[in-house]
Amino acid sequence: MSPFSAVLFRDMRLATRAGGSAALALAFFAAVATLVPLGVGSDLRLLSRIAGGVLWIAAVLAALLSLDRLFQSDFDDGSLDIIALSPLSLEAMSFAKLLAHWLVTGLPLTLLSPLLGLLFGLPGEGYGPLMASLAIGTPAVSAIGAIGAALTLSIRRGGLILPFIVLPLLSPAVIFGAGAVLGALDGLSNGAFWLLGAFSLVAVLLAPFAAAGAVRLNLAG
Amino acid sequence: MASIFEFANPKRFMTLSGAILPWLTVICVLSLAAGLYLGFAAPPDYQQGTTVKIMFIHVPAAWVAMMCYGLMAIASLLGLVNRHPLADVAAKTAAPLGAMFTALALITGSLWGKPMWGAYWVWDARLTSFLLLLFLYLGYIALWNAIEDETRAARVTAILALVGVVNLPIIEFSVEWWNTLHQGESIIRSGGPLIAGVFLWPLGLMAVGYTTLFFTLWMIRIRTEILERRARALMLEAA
Repeated sequence: MSPFSAVLFRDMRLATRAGGSAALALAFFAAVATLVPLGVGSDLRLLSRIAGGVLWIAAVLAALLSLDRLFQSDFDDGSLDIIALSPLSLEAMSFAKLLAHWLVTGLPLTLLSPLLGLLFGLPGEGYGPLMASLAIGTPAVSAIGAIGAALTLSIRRGGLILPFIVLPLLSPAVIFGAGAVLGALDGLSNGAFWLLGAFSLVAVLLAPFAAAGAVRLNLAG
Repeated sequence: MASIFEFANPKRFMTLSGAILPWLTVICVLSLAAGLYLGFAAPPDYQQGTTVKIMFIHVPAAWVAMMCYGLMAIASLLGLVNRHPLADVAAKTAAPLGAMFTALALITGSLWGKPMWGAYWVWDARLTSFLLLLFLYLGYIALWNAIEDETRAARVTAILALVGVVNLPIIEFSVEWWNTLHQGESIIRSGGPLIAGVFLWPLGLMAVGYTTLFFTLWMIRIRTEILERRARALMLEAA
């Protein structure tokens, strides 16, 4: 097994085994989405309009929830030092880790989203765009989240800082993702998918370098 | 040829900035005074009435807020690549100023919005992207404060500033795009096709005033930080 896939599979195993964060992130996603009708009322016409936006926000929050595990636990128990000594470059390691994060959070969230869309009374033409936008956009969430996780590595209680620095950076993903769903409901072709795809590509391409830089700085001390 | 890095020597920076600072302060005070006087003396706009005068304290704040992020990113890049402590200090001290000017732009913008839009806050593209800019500044400051080791804090926050500067135009564009998608309320677009000279002069003077105010405060903050570090080093030596 190549070092890259070793890191990838190891991270996926850690996240999916008992006590891992993958299932919790999914449960959190569903719980946040459930709170929204309790807050804004059960009017299905309103809910079907805001379904795309709500599910996007819930997905971003759920993905952020599991981010602090991305590098932090490996940093704390010293495995990050050992991975850094291996032939795998820190850039490739960061990419493997963000890919693993997406495979255990972004992808399951995408697959679960139609069920929650059903609870929100999302019209039939909205399901495809909802899943497609989440599938295209959640890699950007994992990528920018990985930068945030690497930056906050050396902070003892970085719990709140991480989402705070990452959320404004993620606003384009939420805008284009929710906009894609809304555009589909209104029968518009507003180019949201292309813009979301472009944002996601740039984020996934640049994130490993920024994250590796941050990891390197935090390991050096 | 003298490169910019010769001035990056803290000692040289202290003497140079000490010489520049009084002049900068004088220019700042004079242009702010003249700008404010001309601004108050300007006639009310035929469309916006006296509220147009808020523009004189609002628009320059927005300019400086954006310029500051750019300067912070440049300083971060220099700090990251050249590992120069002065660049680290410059980036660190710029952030609270940028947050201040962003907050000022937001507050004056919403004060203008109340009589114009009928609400203190509308989800206008510029207001929204400035709110996000404020969060970027605050996140940067929070990250700085959370990391104990000073050198590491400087390097790590430099990466955040650079990620932010790459993302800022995208955020700006996406918010603009989002605003056209949700054309719910009718927003009166501000400003006529041409700004008359009576408005242009005070605006220009206020822009000079705000910019020099920013550089004056920035310089003072950098000097204070350098002196603080020197004092700490001396105290450690004495102990």
